[in-house]
Amino acid sequence: MNNTKDRVVMDKRAIKRTVSRIVNEILERNKGASDLVIIGVRTRGVYLAERILKLIKKLEGVEPPLGTLDITLYRDDLRRKTEWPKVKKTEIKFSVEDKIVILVDDVIYTGRTTRAALEEIMDFGRPASIQLAVLVDRGHRELPIQPDYAGCTIDTLSKEKVRVHLKENDGNDEVTVLQG
Amino acid sequence: MDFNRRHILGLEELSAEEITLILDTAESMKEVSKRDVKKVPALRGVTVCNLFYEPSTRTRSSFEIAEKRLSADVLNFTLSHSSVSKGETLLDTARNLEAMGASVIVIRHPMSGAPWLLAKELDSSIINAGDGSHEHPSQALLDLFTIREIKGNIEGLKVLVVGDILHSRVARSNIWGLLKLGAEVRVAGPPTLIPSHIENINVKTYYNLEDAVKGVDVVIMLRIQMERQDSEFFPSLREYARFYGLKREKLKLAAKDVVVMHPGPINRGIELSSDIADDAGSVILDQVSNGIAVRMAMFYLVASGGGNS
Repeated sequence: MNNTKDRVVMDKRAIKRTVSRIVNEILERNKGASDLVIIGVRTRGVYLAERILKLIKKLEGVEPPLGTLDITLYRDDLRRKTEWPKVKKTEIKFSVEDKIVILVDDVIYTGRTTRAALEEIMDFGRPASIQLAVLVDRGHRELPIQPDYAGCTIDTLSKEKVRVHLKENDGNDEVTVLQG
Repeated sequence: MDFNRRHILGLEELSAEEITLILDTAESMKEVSKRDVKKVPALRGVTVCNLFYEPSTRTRSSFEIAEKRLSADVLNFTLSHSSVSKGETLLDTARNLEAMGASVIVIRHPMSGAPWLLAKELDSSIINAGDGSHEHPSQALLDLFTIREIKGNIEGLKVLVVGDILHSRVARSNIWGLLKLGAEVRVAGPPTLIPSHIENINVKTYYNLEDAVKGVDVVIMLRIQMERQDSEFFPSLREYARFYGLKREKLKLAAKDVVVMHPGPINRGIELSSDIADDAGSVILDQVSNGIAVRMAMFYLVASGGGNS
């Protein structure tokens, strides 16, 4: 925490502006919100998805359905037994059939979480398209997956950690890069 | 907390935290069964063998569905078709299955302790699907899951188990689980079918069903095993039904929102009067669908979590 080399890359106001920009891009590209459904990836993607939903409602007067995704059962490293992931609940109580799915996560890194999320969404039906929105793109992709909406792109070393704090879960809004 | 077990053999050896973790995981698994595509890739590439030395339809089917919903490859070995009938020992059979690539073995066996033998001798994960009159952890876990789902919590509940406690592995596993999660456990049945010294683990014994049922929140009725009815534990089925069968007027003595459960198959008119069996029907069917979720949780925890190192 007190390491002087840790750097804050986004503060509360920057996060607010960024989320609002992402929402505007989503609405612009999809010409409104009529066919949208929003799905947040646990844990912090869910809070970002809620914020995005709130803004869409404010701007467009419509409220797309909101779902949460727990990708644990779709991970590609389950059998390596390196860590023990607790399974939480996926909740998608609406049809994704022919909808535009806005998939929301806090950070994109290797792309493996997104790969798992795509597979899981497909098990719920055949959406018209899936678009990925992230707050932070930190590079180092291991799969050919790119976000459609990226809040901020930062250069990191693999050994560094990107820590996203959101008020709903962590008490404050902040994105920090921690030295490895 | 982490789940550091490679096997799930019985509830006696599980901690309250481990039991709660299995139930929490089962809640997530239950959601999978509500999807259009009822399948997740978690156990892709894992071979699970169901090794059943006793006839069983519902338990084996429930395990098999759980395995398939997790994308495991499933191998079924049942008594009549296997080399068991050619005289091969349990251990030799199991070693063969392991050599074929099974990394999880689900075993049901008439001898108490058989799953522990496999756990000691093999590298595979072992799940006990019922051993003799000892333990039946998946049934107890699904009962606990169902109770928790209906009542919200298990701690402080008064739970009565009725019937052949002496021979029942369902009763044994349930009693351990309920006690660990903080329920008050009562048992009722003919004196010949209640194990001696059961009070030593803090279980209250009743020989009179009316007394036992007073104020209870949950009644778990055990199946009278018709195949054992000619042995001399009670004079006749009719007499048993009269004294220990659950009928409307007896059930009125229980708490207003009492839940009646039965592991199935029900002998109507013996353990449960037909009207109670009909009323309890939905809970009993809940037990069946919860069984799949609980078994998925057991597989997930032993196959991906279990401190295998």
